[in-house]
Amino acid sequence: MTYTSLSLTLIFVLIPLLLSKTLKLGLEKDTLIATIRSIIQLLAVGYILKFVFDAQSYIYIFLMVTLMIIVATLNARKKGKGIKGITWKIALTLIVVEFVTQGVLLGFDIVPATAQYIIPISGMMIGNSMVLSVLFLNRFTSEIASHQNEIELILSLGGTPKQAIHRQLMNAIKASMIPTIESQKTIGLVQLPGMMSGQIIGGADPIQAVQFQLLIIFALLTAATLSSIMIGFLSYPALFNERLQLLETK
Amino acid sequence: MNISYEPAIHFQQVTFSSNDKMILKSITGSFPKGKITTLVGPSGAGKTTLLKLCNGLLSPTDGQILIDNQVISAYEPTALRRHVGMALQAAPMIEGTVFDNLALPRTLQGEKLTEQEAIQYLQDVGLDQSFLQRPTNKLSGGQRQKVSIARTLINQSSILLLDEITSALDRQSVQEIETLIATINNKFNVTIIWITHNLQQALTIGHYTWVMMDGELIETGKSSLLNAPKNPRVAEFVQGVNA
Repeated sequence: MTYTSLSLTLIFVLIPLLLSKTLKLGLEKDTLIATIRSIIQLLAVGYILKFVFDAQSYIYIFLMVTLMIIVATLNARKKGKGIKGITWKIALTLIVVEFVTQGVLLGFDIVPATAQYIIPISGMMIGNSMVLSVLFLNRFTSEIASHQNEIELILSLGGTPKQAIHRQLMNAIKASMIPTIESQKTIGLVQLPGMMSGQIIGGADPIQAVQFQLLIIFALLTAATLSSIMIGFLSYPALFNERLQLLETK
Repeated sequence: MNISYEPAIHFQQVTFSSNDKMILKSITGSFPKGKITTLVGPSGAGKTTLLKLCNGLLSPTDGQILIDNQVISAYEPTALRRHVGMALQAAPMIEGTVFDNLALPRTLQGEKLTEQEAIQYLQDVGLDQSFLQRPTNKLSGGQRQKVSIARTLINQSSILLLDEITSALDRQSVQEIETLIATINNKFNVTIIWITHNLQQALTIGHYTWVMMDGELIETGKSSLLNAPKNPRVAEFVQGVNA
């Protein structure tokens, strides 16, 4: 794609700007900021990726993946503010997800151990786990708030925190995983996944694009399961004190 | 309160605060062993908080609680909660049948409740065995509260805390539960602490009473104190309830 063609795509920014102005939606400033940020961020990432791909150094790959984990952790932890130690719990979850998925992919030589494969796949796994962690924490805190009586009942009968919170924990884990499983059921029927579409537009063989997409969605299933379960089992003990009392969550 | 009985629970200058708000203010007093003590007072007096402190669902901010002459923090929390049972106000149920709920205290300890035992507990609270497999969402308020009491009895606690268990019930159910609690107290010598808004109930069922207001213990003594309170605030409260 030439820079002229790319600049013509700004028409797609102009349309919402004009509509917002006409209908007085007041979204012009946000739209402009979003456009400028996406141009700067993506160009910066493009140049960084080009540098890392050319260098083919594992140190740069490690630094890129570490940066992804830090940014994803800082973003997801906002939803679990009332849970003590949530930052390291999310970070540990993302690290485990990254190790397990890359371990299988590289260990079995499913993809080559190069920056071109490791970085984009890591981005998808970490990004997905981040969203899953946010979904889990949202659901978990609301489950606890709406079932406080039930939790207190089990504690009052001499149950342990794990027994008291079991149902809410399982509900939150299941609820956070449902979007990943459901989206896989309709994949290819409703919309073509972004990565596959990108490969096809880039001239790749559709069958090969499908093979890579399958690899990604299967890996995402593990990423989703691992993140929900890990963040769940790591976070629930922080909701109780040493006298096995339910702490107030904000 | 001048009590010649051995205390089951003793509060020594107990204070409880939450979110910088003082809910209980330096409470000192005893609940006599093997007796029924009612807790009365307006809403927001701190009665439920006081029960939760006895069961270890909350811990005092300051002061000391003794259970059977042993400081509460010396008890292992789950053991304490089995020793001091509690029937919660809303009678919360876990999803499932009446049997699932009755078996819950045993399930939590990795033990089983036999169907025969469950039927016996149901009969103790005035429900027949046809209720055993009934889903808990098909129970009336009174039946729910009876199942909740039966469930609390399964741990065979020596102290029982009851949080307004009859407030939402019809007259007949109230009478049945009053008789049941009096029987449990007589038959098993269980110490009972019962929060109630019904002063007549406190007079007829309770041996002793605590009157609480704004987080303070205002007056304690034999239940008959409600007939002639010494404290003018208590007198005003009693008059207001009876009006």
